[in-house]
Amino acid sequence: MSYVLQRIAQAVPVLLGLLVFNFVLIHSAPGDPIYLLAGQSGDATYYAEMRARFGLDRPLLEQLGRYLLNVVRGDFGYSFAYRQPVFQVIAGRVPATLLLSASGLTIATLLGVCLGVLSARHAETPLDHLISAGTLIGYSMPPFWLGQVLLIVLAAGLGLFPVQGMTTARGGYTGVGAVLDVLWHLALPALTLGLLQLALVTRLTRTGLLEVLNEEYVRTARAKGLGQRAVLYRHALRNALLTVVTVVGGHIGTLLAGAVLTEIIFAWPGLGRLIYDATLSRDYPLLMAVFLVVSASVIVVNLLTDLAYAMLDPRVRYR
Amino acid sequence: MGAAIGDADPALLAEAGAARPVRRGAASAWTRYRRQRPALVGLGLLAGLVLVALFAGVIAPGDPFRRAGAPLQPPSLRYWLGTDDLGRDVLAGVVHGSRPSILVGLLAALTSAVVATLVGGVAGYFGRVADDVLMRLTELVQVVPRFFLVLIVAALFGPSLGVVALLLGLTFWPGTARLLRAQILSLRHRDFILAARALGVPEWQILARHVLPNAVAVVVVSASLQVGAAILVEAGLSFLGLGDRSVVSWGNMLNLAQPLIRVAWWAAVFPGLAITLTVMAANMVGDGLNAALDPRRGKGRRGR
Repeated sequence: MSYVLQRIAQAVPVLLGLLVFNFVLIHSAPGDPIYLLAGQSGDATYYAEMRARFGLDRPLLEQLGRYLLNVVRGDFGYSFAYRQPVFQVIAGRVPATLLLSASGLTIATLLGVCLGVLSARHAETPLDHLISAGTLIGYSMPPFWLGQVLLIVLAAGLGLFPVQGMTTARGGYTGVGAVLDVLWHLALPALTLGLLQLALVTRLTRTGLLEVLNEEYVRTARAKGLGQRAVLYRHALRNALLTVVTVVGGHIGTLLAGAVLTEIIFAWPGLGRLIYDATLSRDYPLLMAVFLVVSASVIVVNLLTDLAYAMLDPRVRYR
Repeated sequence: MGAAIGDADPALLAEAGAARPVRRGAASAWTRYRRQRPALVGLGLLAGLVLVALFAGVIAPGDPFRRAGAPLQPPSLRYWLGTDDLGRDVLAGVVHGSRPSILVGLLAALTSAVVATLVGGVAGYFGRVADDVLMRLTELVQVVPRFFLVLIVAALFGPSLGVVALLLGLTFWPGTARLLRAQILSLRHRDFILAARALGVPEWQILARHVLPNAVAVVVVSASLQVGAAILVEAGLSFLGLGDRSVVSWGNMLNLAQPLIRVAWWAAVFPGLAITLTVMAANMVGDGLNAALDPRRGKGRRGR
């Protein structure tokens, strides 16, 4: 229990530091900070109002206080490009990104664990070397470029999948048809994201498994006369997966970064697309808020991963 | 790991790896590196790529921004890799694009190595308050998502290539610093350090002459694995249109190729292939160094 509290207590200053960093960025970027807080296309009355609201005529420390208070209240400002509060714009985009990231992660985990087990069972054979070469290439590819290649070959070339979007425009699908339509659009982006994380999961499963197979409890299980299969799946794999879970959880930032780039290739209407559009239209309040939301989620997921790890592996709690 | 230096068993010495006195280590590390085929292939590839970057002006003379022929030409004998929508030669772009990518990779890895050495060295060697403060800082930097941090700074400041590289270096160091700290903690109570201290050698000199050289392997391995990672982040940033627009880079080329994807596949395929090849070469060298230098081989990648 105290471990849990300790980890949560560690995460709080990090989140606070993130907000302060964001604040410092706003005030050190070239140009008047009001444009970063309130957008670029307002009139004089609007800016006067916004200046008063953010307290720009006040001392910096008070401004920081107001800024923190606003963020905690969920008030991230107003997006000019979308004519909506930033919070609403972001909330509207989160489901698409979540769907994409979760699908990618599922593909990566299922395939990666299988390949990793295969690789470890046949360690130092041609099959293992082939899988290792594959993971090396997967590690080295720019995330978005794989998407571009899949798009060129499978969508534009063979016409197997739609080129972009999340739904068929004017498709008029309802019920099951609509779900299938989304899945059909999801296939390529999810595959892109999944293949990239696949390299990580495969490598971790392989090394984790090979390490665990040398442990005493595995030797005990063998000595008991358990078969190869039982030893591998019931004893070794379970423990190897523990490492996989934590490291994958720790790589949530990479996953989201991959999702952002993938969304742009396939015009997937999530947060990544939003970041891209916000940069183009110089919609700074929106951009800063997306940065905050994404960073905060990464920190929170990291925290949850650590807590899950502590729950699964009692040794951690007593370190 | 518990092998004392005096033990003559060669197997134990090999296990001690990086913790042995430097000179002897460097020679045998090369022997161990040479034995791995992928590591040698990677080194050859990387050397070739560096040569291409150095002699880009000779291989593809002239300004890569300049129009070289008709737009959207597919690969042919005249334009090996085709031309883009403005008639620019894709091959010239790919050749000149090697410069910013390799530069960013090396500069980011170097920056990270320097910061990591300072932070990890001081935290591990001096311990106490310095250790506490520096490790909290390390944790803080480590959890901030790198890609988004660089993205937001690039969006607000529109930085140059050098600034992007420095910025990346400043986000990459925590993992290395932690590994270095752990390595130094294990070195601190070795006999040869205690002997130096007993002889009255000043603390900073012990750190600089005896501890760091023996712990440097950890930094070298991490840095080599970060070259590729930095190249990938920079490419992603440029792909978003947030990179340095004043240079021809592979990421910029992929950004421009995105709207052409259905009419000119070659504009997207070749720059991406170049990135993959470069990052792969860097990773092969990194993995090779890892196996040759890291006593706990293969673990360099595991920390996040």
